[in-house]
Amino acid sequence: MEMIRTDKLSYHYKIHDEEGRVIGDKTAVDSVDLDIRAGDFIAVLGHNGSGKSTLAKHMNAILLPTEGSIWVRNMDTKDMTNLWEIRQTAGMVFQNPDNQIIGTVVEEDVGFGPENIGIPTGEIWKRVEESLKSVDMMKYRHASPNKLSGGQKQRVAIAGVLAMRPRCIVLDEPTAMLDPVGRREVIDTVKRLNKEEGITVILITHYMEEVISADKVFVMDKGQIVMRGTPREIFSQVDTLAGYGLDVPQAAKLAYELRRRGLNIPDGILTRDELVEAICRLKSGI
Amino acid sequence: MSIEIRNLNYTYGAGTCFEAHALQNISFTIPDGQFMGIIGHTGSGKSTLIQHLNGLIRPSSGDILYNGVSIYSENFSMRELRQNVGLVFQYPEHQLFEESVLKDVCFGPKNQGLTAEECEERAREALILSGVPQELYDSSPFELSGGQKRRVAIAGVIAMHPKVLVLDEPTAGLDPSGRDEILGQIRELHRKTEMAVVLVSHSMEDVAEYVERIVVLNDGAVYCDGTPREVFRQYKALEELGLAAPQVTYIMHALKDCGLPVDPDITTMEEATDEICRVMGVEDAS
Repeated sequence: MEMIRTDKLSYHYKIHDEEGRVIGDKTAVDSVDLDIRAGDFIAVLGHNGSGKSTLAKHMNAILLPTEGSIWVRNMDTKDMTNLWEIRQTAGMVFQNPDNQIIGTVVEEDVGFGPENIGIPTGEIWKRVEESLKSVDMMKYRHASPNKLSGGQKQRVAIAGVLAMRPRCIVLDEPTAMLDPVGRREVIDTVKRLNKEEGITVILITHYMEEVISADKVFVMDKGQIVMRGTPREIFSQVDTLAGYGLDVPQAAKLAYELRRRGLNIPDGILTRDELVEAICRLKSGI
Repeated sequence: MSIEIRNLNYTYGAGTCFEAHALQNISFTIPDGQFMGIIGHTGSGKSTLIQHLNGLIRPSSGDILYNGVSIYSENFSMRELRQNVGLVFQYPEHQLFEESVLKDVCFGPKNQGLTAEECEERAREALILSGVPQELYDSSPFELSGGQKRRVAIAGVIAMHPKVLVLDEPTAGLDPSGRDEILGQIRELHRKTEMAVVLVSHSMEDVAEYVERIVVLNDGAVYCDGTPREVFRQYKALEELGLAAPQVTYIMHALKDCGLPVDPDITTMEEATDEICRVMGVEDAS
């Protein structure tokens, strides 16, 4: 089933002078066509200013296309009567957890969304519990968010989105401010929500390691999708990615460097285990 | 030009029910000209600690000596300290405010009481060192990309000719090439000017690549202090603290476990490539 589809989606920012007159515009997203199926785990890569966040903000109608269209579960975002349903279908998680948490107690924060759309109290509590369990934060339900670690705060932010029962979560660099363990907690949570609960995930990140388990990767440059494929297909193109200001996961990079030095390491290595196995096999001459 | 931290303690909300010990008995020295890193989980006290280094926060107890003189002594000039210890906060681009890039970078030197010509000279020099292209000097800083804005903000601190440059997560949210460029430029700057650099980061790969020495903070206390090799050798303990080793260190350990006679304590991509080639009997390319 289709989750998100775009048809020549473009978005132009207007540039204003000091008096507020429009003096030009800048194309942030440039005729993007994409098709995301329900249950997909999609990663979006691209350098700063390549249009990733602008594209993401179209997925729950924070921004509306200047040209072209985007449909979220067949609902056109330009049709204002769809707005609330679209916002509930696709939830967003941003970079800085401190900017997204408003409650003074974890469970209140998670209940804020459902409360706002008039869900009955009993149902709110049920959703709060389910959401906190999904992100493994149930034991902190009575804690104050400011006592939590970065990874825990970000998981509370994800629980707040889950309480709206979305079918799709768009995460815009959710790990940029986290320490290594916090990053792993958040990514493991997102992967689990995708695999176990079938929630469609669109993950924007600058950490190439986080992309390895995605079903599909979109690479953006100058507002366009310039590469699409599986992580293995994308990360085997080290030089092309470097041209777009991007990197590859460390194991893939090391494999690439070793190949350049003449070692017979196969193409398409992504993970630590694959690289170690390839080197050991080479050493034992099999 | 050293900074000596002696038994530093800092308690938030002392005497209230929110009392929290952000820093506990911290002692270490930042010697002249060293490029050092500080790592620690979110909330481990890194940002609180560095705000002590130029006197923005007064400790609950303990002392900081700048060139052997306590910065809390009566006749000590905080103004001078702040000119010598330049602090680049997280997301420093949020502090840009002037109408042009050049004017923004002039602001610091202007406040040091330099003439307009001197300010401009300092600003131009700092912008070159930070890698900001000349055609942007007259642009509004708000029109630049994320990476460029951050470079301008760093130039604003460099223009004050600090003896110690402290950077709090300078690459958070930057794409891989922006990250490499900014850290590469800081390394060049360190080599050219011999100023000491303190890099606070959540990227173990970046810390391993750039710094000579690492101080690890855990729950407000110094957990360990050593070279990247010495610190990342304890990767299992680091994981308990919310941290990790660089990916290549894990790969080297796995290779050693497979019976390859590699040095498992390697921390950078370049060393790992050389070491694997050596063990596999590949000629050195250089």
